[in-house]
Amino acid sequence: MLDHFPAADLIQVNLCADLNVKLETAYGSSFRFWRSRARLFEGYPTNLSEPPHRDCHVKSESEVVAMSIESAAFERVLSRHGRDPHALVQILRETQALMGWLPRSLLSAMARELKLTLAHVEGVAGFYRFFHTRPMGRLRVLFSDNITDRMLGSEALMADLCARLGIKPGQVSADGRVSVDQTSCTGLCDQGPALLVNHHHVITRLDAPRVAQLAELIRAEVPVPQWPADWFAIDHNIRRADVLLGMPLAPGAAIAAALARGAQAMLDDMKRSNLRGRGGAGFAAGLKWELCRNATGSIPGTAPGSTHYVVCNADEGEPGTFKDRVLLARHADEVFEGMTVAALVIGARQGLLYLRGEYRYLLEHLQAVLQRRRDQNLLGSAILGRAGFDFDIAIHVGAGAYVCGEESALIESLEGKRGTPRIRPPFPVEQGYLGQPTIVNNVETFCAASHIAAQGGAWWAGIGTHQSTGTKIHSVSGDCERPGLYEYPFGTRIDQILEDCGARDTQAVQVGGPSGVCLSAFEFDRRIAFEDVPSAGAFMVFDCTRDMFEVARNFAHFFAHESCGFCTPCRVGTALVVKRLDKLANATGGGRGSRHDLDVLFELDLLLHGTTHCGLGASACNPLRDTIIKFRPAYERRLESLHFEPGFDLDAELSIARRMTGRDDPAAHLEISP
Amino acid sequence: MSDVHDMDDMRAAPGSPATFSLDGQDVEFQAGETLIEAATRAGRYIPHLCWHPDFHPHGSCRLCTVKVNGRAGAACTMQAAAGQEVQSDTAELNAQRKTLLQMLFVEGNHFCPSCEKSGNCLLQATAYQMGMEGPHFEQFYPNRPVDASHPDLLLDFNRCILCELCVRASRDVDGKSVFAIGGHGIHTHLLVNSDSGRLGDADMALGDRAASICPVGVILPKRRGFAIPIGQRRFDQAPVSQQTQGDGDSP
Ligand SMILES: Cc1cc2nc3c(=O)[nH]c(=O)nc-3n(C[C@H](O)[C@H](O)[C@H](O)COP(=O)(O)O)c2cc1C
Ligand code: SF4
Ligand code: SF4
Ligand code: FES
Ligand code: FES
Repeated sequence: MLDHFPAADLIQVNLCADLNVKLETAYGSSFRFWRSRARLFEGYPTNLSEPPHRDCHVKSESEVVAMSIESAAFERVLSRHGRDPHALVQILRETQALMGWLPRSLLSAMARELKLTLAHVEGVAGFYRFFHTRPMGRLRVLFSDNITDRMLGSEALMADLCARLGIKPGQVSADGRVSVDQTSCTGLCDQGPALLVNHHHVITRLDAPRVAQLAELIRAEVPVPQWPADWFAIDHNIRRADVLLGMPLAPGAAIAAALARGAQAMLDDMKRSNLRGRGGAGFAAGLKWELCRNATGSIPGTAPGSTHYVVCNADEGEPGTFKDRVLLARHADEVFEGMTVAALVIGARQGLLYLRGEYRYLLEHLQAVLQRRRDQNLLGSAILGRAGFDFDIAIHVGAGAYVCGEESALIESLEGKRGTPRIRPPFPVEQGYLGQPTIVNNVETFCAASHIAAQGGAWWAGIGTHQSTGTKIHSVSGDCERPGLYEYPFGTRIDQILEDCGARDTQAVQVGGPSGVCLSAFEFDRRIAFEDVPSAGAFMVFDCTRDMFEVARNFAHFFAHESCGFCTPCRVGTALVVKRLDKLANATGGGRGSRHDLDVLFELDLLLHGTTHCGLGASACNPLRDTIIKFRPAYERRLESLHFEPGFDLDAELSIARRMTGRDDPAAHLEISP
Repeated sequence: MSDVHDMDDMRAAPGSPATFSLDGQDVEFQAGETLIEAATRAGRYIPHLCWHPDFHPHGSCRLCTVKVNGRAGAACTMQAAAGQEVQSDTAELNAQRKTLLQMLFVEGNHFCPSCEKSGNCLLQATAYQMGMEGPHFEQFYPNRPVDASHPDLLLDFNRCILCELCVRASRDVDGKSVFAIGGHGIHTHLLVNSDSGRLGDADMALGDRAASICPVGVILPKRRGFAIPIGQRRFDQAPVSQQTQGDGDSP
């Protein structure tokens, strides 16, 4: 192992041993560790303007030093995962938590150890937004950049922090101490503006005094655990509770009920409940479980269907959605219980929970709940004494990639690859994780399943509407007095939710996040239901003072940032949309736009709808189309003329010529404004 | 909602020649064939860039998007099924294809007149076929350095359309996995597997399948250049739509 670190023997051995002890006790979080390591990175080149690839990387002395210091800890990460190439994303994550970033020489060592090619490892590392293949600040600050954070002033706060630290967003400070940048919605919209520290801790409710104090703490290199504890407080903000949030189940109750019924009867009850998936697509959960139960996987070299998997989708990447965060924090038992009931039905022995990287701070809590459940015989072998009913759950932590919420991309990521959606069919129920039949369900779906197991499918079907049974949790944020979670039976009117959350002068509501639908005031009598307004759980409120163009532009940037880059229409199309909207928005073109720009945007919307490989690209233009149609004045204000207008001001370009010729008469101007 | 509903499609019954209709004409297919495989065997052209008959379908360029019973799908990944009504050569779909081609052109740096691949380039030929006359969109002008480190091969990343044919050829035929994909979104790019990240240090030879598979002008043999003069090249002879059997490698 050590022979991969040529300079190992050059290092002060004491420092090395000392660090490894600390690493062991404070994996990933200790600031002391950062400090003791800090010197080693000084002087490392931090040129961010280099092209991000193919730079022939000569190992600097400090890199070699840093690497050898980490070698023992790195070895522990590798052996913890049994050198399994399928664990590559976890190995990258845990190694980066030790190092702060992932030097090429380390990727190279990882490739050798896992028997992968370096290019493969590099390609996976380069896919996830939270992995860094060039040096970052010893402290990494990421401001959540959802529109709701912006509405609460996040942009000015980030500018303030950067000014105080003397850096620009996206840059590392000259002393290597800190880097500040933005990240997609961190799921704290009801208590924003929020930021993420070292991809691990979150700070909520940022304001000017907090930012001023934060700058001081960063400058003084005060360890994160010594920062004011109330900064890290995360509230659940449960405003309206129904079945899922208000009727907690005793651990084991649902499993016992399911066992008493038997697997087939439990499946029948799931189908009777008519529960539809809560992750967005709304596929019938019972039918999915049945397809998986009946499927025999067909991966060469393994017995067909020898193993089935239960996967819980806790990627919750849709901006404005934070219900799964609260369910995991407050109702983890019901989520794991639902997964266990599913395991009984489909015959799975292994479950996996895919936790989004932004929710890393929930990991210890979730592990503790899992351990308690093992101790209670609710996981492990012979669950509740039933011989042969063996099931356990492992947690996989993501690394900042919204597309990994798409179920087949999620499975790729679980297998240690880039999160590129698969060609379907085959669907995961036929060939999912490691080619085996797999169900992927949302956190809330599993939570609901545990209640259905406990109280019966008919009871659940009696709540909500005929086509949309049960309750739905809404993550309410934006312009309202009481942001937080609101659980209602399906069929609830939009204006009811608006009234309950204390929204006034509401101009628009974005239901289901950017991929969902933007409703304007004349639609507030519509109802949340699969047959009317479906929702994956976000409910962002915009009052009359908000510029809906800026809302759409923020969402466009989100999709371009999160496109996996696999298919042409989404990879290039989302970038083109951003270019157009930025042109319209002053950012590059002085607020100059024309009808032609709107035509191009409509054309891109149509194209993405009809040609992309996955749902991300297909819905990437939804907010654009909705807002152009429903809030057209917000766009027209930005149109200079109804004809083509270039991205630059032609007349202004002529000013040099005018100065040189000393002319300023009307004939020396291209066009006289009316 | 689309999670599972394609699963009960009608596969061809063994023995009996099953057909689907492509733009109104019947096409026979064999069990397990995709739409584009069956169409190509029948001498019918469905525009494509990332598909190649010798390799697993990839589904990334989306040029082959057709409508099957009114729903859009990629002909290179969709299984043929009896009775499907497939539309491909329609004004709407060809307009979409033209836009996709324009996207690929502005995403990279394509100066066809000075490109060695001109006339043999599938991107260029398909653009002619779809009647593309200009870029339509603003150019991205990415900064992508050329890799000339290999003694026999040149890599000009400026023209890469990320079809991953080289990735598949090197992995599945050559058994070398010289290429991989890195980055994400608009910054997605091709990676070379070597310590330096350069082709000269990679396990790649002129005779590898991956060396001749690139449909555009990225992976080029050195010192061959303009051996066949422009005007006498593959797509100078006949448009791409008349060469459906000719999806061979680079001449
Ligand atoms: C781009 C994209 C992102 C998605 N993100 C999530 C997510 O964060 N959480 C989730 O549960 N489902 C997400 N989905 C939906 C999943 O693909 C899948 O349908 C869902 O997890 C199935 O669970 P359900 O049936 O319980 O809803 C996403 C889909 C797409 C296309
Ligand atoms: S639509 Fe295409 S590029 Fe976009 S995320 Fe899906 S597969 Fe990736
Ligand atoms: S180099 Fe050529 S073959 Fe490889 S991905 Fe790029 S365009 Fe395709
Ligand atoms: S040829 Fe079908 S997507 Fe490229
Ligand atoms: S002419 Fe197509 S890449 Fe050169």
